[in-house]
Amino acid sequence: MSAGNSPTWIIARRELGSYFSSPVAYVFLVIFLLLTGFFSFAQGGFFDRGEASLVAFFAWHPWLFLLLVPAIGMRLWAEERRAGTLELLLTMPVTTWQAIIGKFLASWIFLAVALLLTFPAVITVNLLGSPDNGVIATGYLGSLLLAGAYLAVTCLTSAMTRNQVVSFILAIVILMFLILAGFGPVTELVSRWAGPTVVNAVAAFSVMTHFDGFQRGVIDLRDLLYFLSVIGFALFANGLVIRNLRAG
Amino acid sequence: MIRIENLTKEFGAKRAVDSLSFTVERGEVVGFLGPNGAGKSTTMRMITGFIPPTSGRVLVGDHDVVQDPIAAKRLIGYLPENAASYPDMTVLGFLNFAAALRGLTGDAKKKAVHRAVEMCSLDRVLYQSIDTLSKGYRHRTCLAQSLVHDPAVLVLDEPTDGLDPNQKHEVRKLIRELGRTKAVVFSTHILEEVDAACSRAIIIDRGRIVANGNPEELRALAPNAGAVTLQLGAADAEQAEQRLAGIPGVARVERSGERITVYPSEKRASGELARAVAELAGREGWALAALRTEEGHLDEVFRSITLPDTHGSQAKPSGGAA
Ligand SMILES: Nc1ncnc2c1ncn2[C@@H]1O[C@H](COP(=O)(O)OP(=O)(O)O)[C@@H](O)[C@H]1O
Ligand SMILES: [Mg+2]
Repeated sequence: MSAGNSPTWIIARRELGSYFSSPVAYVFLVIFLLLTGFFSFAQGGFFDRGEASLVAFFAWHPWLFLLLVPAIGMRLWAEERRAGTLELLLTMPVTTWQAIIGKFLASWIFLAVALLLTFPAVITVNLLGSPDNGVIATGYLGSLLLAGAYLAVTCLTSAMTRNQVVSFILAIVILMFLILAGFGPVTELVSRWAGPTVVNAVAAFSVMTHFDGFQRGVIDLRDLLYFLSVIGFALFANGLVIRNLRAG
Repeated sequence: MIRIENLTKEFGAKRAVDSLSFTVERGEVVGFLGPNGAGKSTTMRMITGFIPPTSGRVLVGDHDVVQDPIAAKRLIGYLPENAASYPDMTVLGFLNFAAALRGLTGDAKKKAVHRAVEMCSLDRVLYQSIDTLSKGYRHRTCLAQSLVHDPAVLVLDEPTDGLDPNQKHEVRKLIRELGRTKAVVFSTHILEEVDAACSRAIIIDRGRIVANGNPEELRALAPNAGAVTLQLGAADAEQAEQRLAGIPGVARVERSGERITVYPSEKRASGELARAVAELAGREGWALAALRTEEGHLDEVFRSITLPDTHGSQAKPSGGAA
């Protein structure tokens, strides 16, 4: 069987199809583009910076994704559980991992499309000045990995309930921890009563710490590993949740 | 094709399925009967590999469903209890998806989907989104999904649930036809379906098999199976009651008005008791209006060997039949 006919891709294609067959996907894309535009150009002081870069644009992604990625992923398992199609899917000749990866990939591809659609921002800065396009490229890579990590966490919370709203809120709560552990104001607070070792250890778990490097044009292996292990760990936990569900 | 050995499932302290063993061969349609909560769906979910058994095992073909789930699942077509399907897909899109997951591609896929569509009469709604379908069509869409790969084993959980009488009839007919070449298990709590579609029925109650046999064998389990009912003129009925009790091999006689039922002490070859009763009536000169040997009704069998809905209740004192 070729890759295009593997169960993973068949499942991913169905998920993607269901994104684009409903208006929700288009509404999401429009909202995403409007918000990125608004935050980076109006709030981020894009034009006041006097430099041609997308720093302001990327800096908002951890916060924007905090709401948007759970909104995209909350349905993945919760809806299958609610509608009873989970039973149908998992009695097909597919493994749980194929289903998990297929669903994750579909939503990640959708988020990648959303990111790609921000290309006018790249064109704009290139017209206005001469930005370092290498830094912009690593910035996009960082954003894609960030979205993947958020998405994997959302897959996990989506499997934990049959209610999409609950999975949405759970995802946001977990992601808040992942953000705040390395968020400047919080690390400062922690450093008042804990030594730098503790502060650094806590911050090492944060997406912020590992997101920064990409924005400076640095691809650090540790940052890459961090995002990939968040994805791996969350999807693994997703598998455990599904297994528990089936065991009754 | 399906071989179930000591299959047990516990949910916490509750034993939903309690060491079931049975087999289903190709060419058989086995009706799986039992009151709500008896464990029918749980058993089917274990056969199809959705939930793992607490103990015991299921073989489909030669494949253990737990050890080799993919190979086992390839052989099975499954209609889950709620007949769920993806509401945002079209009927054709959904069947294509199912066919693709079954490993079908290109022309073979097209043909397979077409065949399933014909069998379930879905051609009118192919391009309709599933959430706009009536319940009957939605149900048949999910049924078509279970047939798309022409499986050797069919597991159907309440396939006629929620259908109107015509649709029920169609589905039963389809099941009967499919049963000629496949091993079919379907669950139901509608007793007439046993006669309409099954070559064999298994009745379960609180997770255990309480009867397993073809419809005639099951009917013989009815409390009144083999009894003779006769109807006499009012004048004769009263004295007849005592005379009938005198026939050798009669256990007891019940009378309500002009209708008398004679129960044999042991169930014997049909007709024997009826002949004895008719002879007696002839000798006595009774005005015999009707005479009939009871076959036994399945619903009486069902009621006499299962307990009412066991949902949520703790184990009840065991009824005599188990
Ligand atoms: N996932 C589950 N968790 C706990 N109990 C369950 C679960 N599934 C079924 N049961 C219980 O197991 C028993 C058998 O249920 P089921 O197999 O659905 O019965 P049936 O299909 O014959 O109506 C019921 O008492 C039900 O409440
Ligand atoms: Mg059931």
